[in-house]
Amino acid sequence: MAGIVPVRIKTANKVEYAKKRAVKDSKIVQVVLTTIAILFFIIMLIVPLVSVFVKAFEQGANLYFASITDPIALKAIKLTLITIAITVPINTIFGLAAAWAIAKFKFKGKNILITIIDLPFSISPVVAGLIFVLLFSTSHGLLGPLLNALGIKIIFAPPGIVIATLFVTLPFVARELIPLMEAQGTAEEEAALTLGASGWKTFWYITLPNIKWALLYGVMLTTARAAGEFGAVSVVSGHIRGLTNTVPLHVEILYNEYKFSAAFAVASLLTLIALINLIVKNVAHWKIQQQSKI
Amino acid sequence: MLASLKISFGTSFLAAAINVVFGLLLAWVLERYDFWGKKLVDGLIDLPFALPTAVAGISLTTLYSQNGWIGRLFAPFGIKISYTPLGIVVALVFIGFPFVVRTVQPVLESFDVEVEEAAACLGATRFQTFCRVILPELFPALITGFALAFSRALGEYGSVVFISGNMPMKTEITPLLIRTKLEQYDYAGGTAVAAVMLVISFILLLMINAFQWWAGRHRSR
Repeated sequence: MAGIVPVRIKTANKVEYAKKRAVKDSKIVQVVLTTIAILFFIIMLIVPLVSVFVKAFEQGANLYFASITDPIALKAIKLTLITIAITVPINTIFGLAAAWAIAKFKFKGKNILITIIDLPFSISPVVAGLIFVLLFSTSHGLLGPLLNALGIKIIFAPPGIVIATLFVTLPFVARELIPLMEAQGTAEEEAALTLGASGWKTFWYITLPNIKWALLYGVMLTTARAAGEFGAVSVVSGHIRGLTNTVPLHVEILYNEYKFSAAFAVASLLTLIALINLIVKNVAHWKIQQQSKI
Repeated sequence: MLASLKISFGTSFLAAAINVVFGLLLAWVLERYDFWGKKLVDGLIDLPFALPTAVAGISLTTLYSQNGWIGRLFAPFGIKISYTPLGIVVALVFIGFPFVVRTVQPVLESFDVEVEEAAACLGATRFQTFCRVILPELFPALITGFALAFSRALGEYGSVVFISGNMPMKTEITPLLIRTKLEQYDYAGGTAVAAVMLVISFILLLMINAFQWWAGRHRSR
C-alpha cells in the first residue's frame, strides 16, 4: 500500500523450495554446510560473548559489583551517559530532517548532503578523532587561537568527546530512514496536504508513524555506537582518569593494568547494552515486516 | 610506516576474504535451510556490529591468548594467535562478519526459483547450478560485502589494538601509528600517515567500485 519497503520480506519462495525437489540440496550437503556454518558462528560469535560474562565473574560476584561501583568507573559511566544523552537526540533530529528532505524533495546539493552523511562511515574513527584534534587543539589546531581566547577547552576535555561521538554517530538514523522513506514515496503526504492538513500535522500523523520502527532501530544503533565508540574518543580524550574517560576507555585502562576481572566486569555492562540493542533491533525488524504486509 | 600499512592492508584483506567465504556460507544456510535455533543465529549475526569494539578487543585477546579458552588448543602446535598478525585477522573477521551476511541475505531471499529449476531441467548438478547460476547473481553483493568489510577492517582500531600487542614493525596497525604520533604531539607526522592511509583507501574503494561496475555491465536486468 505504501509502496515497496526494501527490507527482507519472506516471500513464498520458502514453500516453493521445499516442494521442488529439483532445487533442493541433498541431505548430506545440507547437514555438512549447516554444521560448518554453525560451528563458525559459535566459535566466532558465541564464545567471545559468553567469555565476557564468565571472565567478569571469575573472581567472584563481590569483585564484579565493586568494579562497577568504583568511583572512577562511575565517572566513566556518567560521562558515557551524558554523551549519549546529548548525541542521540541531536543526531536523531538531524537524521529525521535529512532523511525527510532527501526522500521527499528535490534540491540542489542533495548529493553533497548524502555524501556528507556517509562520510563518518567511511573514515576510520582514529582519523575522525585526528580531524577534530587538528581543528580544536589549543596548541596545534586551526581554531586553537580562537578557543584559547575564549578560554574553551575542547580536546582533552568532555566537550571534545561529545563532538567526536556526534560526528561518528551522525549517519545511523539518516541511513536507516532514507531508503525507507524513499520507497514509501510522497503519495500519502500529498494526499494529506490536499485534504487540508498542515505541514506539521502531515509529518506527525502520516510520515512519523510510517517510519517509527526504522526510526527506533536507527536510534538504538546510534546509542550503541555512542556508548561503545572507542577509536575517535581515544584520540580526543587524553585519557584523563575521572574526567575524560568513557566506559570503553575505562575498560582499556583496567585491561592494560592487568585488572582483567574488573575490565570484563565493566565490559559486561556494555555487552548487556549491546544485547538489549539486538533484541530491540530484532523486534523492530519484525514489526517493519509486519507493517509491509498491509 | 610502510610496515604498518602492510600489516593493516594485508590483514584487512585476508579478514574480508575469509568473511566473504563464511558470510556467504552463513547467508546460504540461513536462507535455504531450516534448523533449530535459526532465528537465534539470525538475530545474533549483528552482534559484532552492536558490541563496542573495546569489549570485542579484550574478550578476543583473552580468548586467543596462550592460556585462553581457544588459544590453549593451539598452543601445543606452537601457534600463537594473540599478539600476532593472525590474531589481528581473527579480530577483523569478527568485526566484519555481519557485513557480508547482511549484504548477501536479501539477494538470496529474492532469488528466482525458476532460474535454478531451469538449470536443473537442463541437467546441471546442484554444484554446477551453484557455480554457474547462483554465484554470478550473488557476485555484486559479495563484492559490496567485501568492500564494506575491508574498509571497516582498515579503519578498525578498538578491537585490534588489544589483540595485536602493538609491536612496531610487526603488529602495529596504521590507525595505532596515527594515535601514537598524536600522543607524542607529532601532529604533522600523524596527519601525514592518516593522509596516506586515506588516499590508498580511496583508491582501493574506487577500484572496487570500478570492478562492481564492470561486473554489472553484462547484466541487463
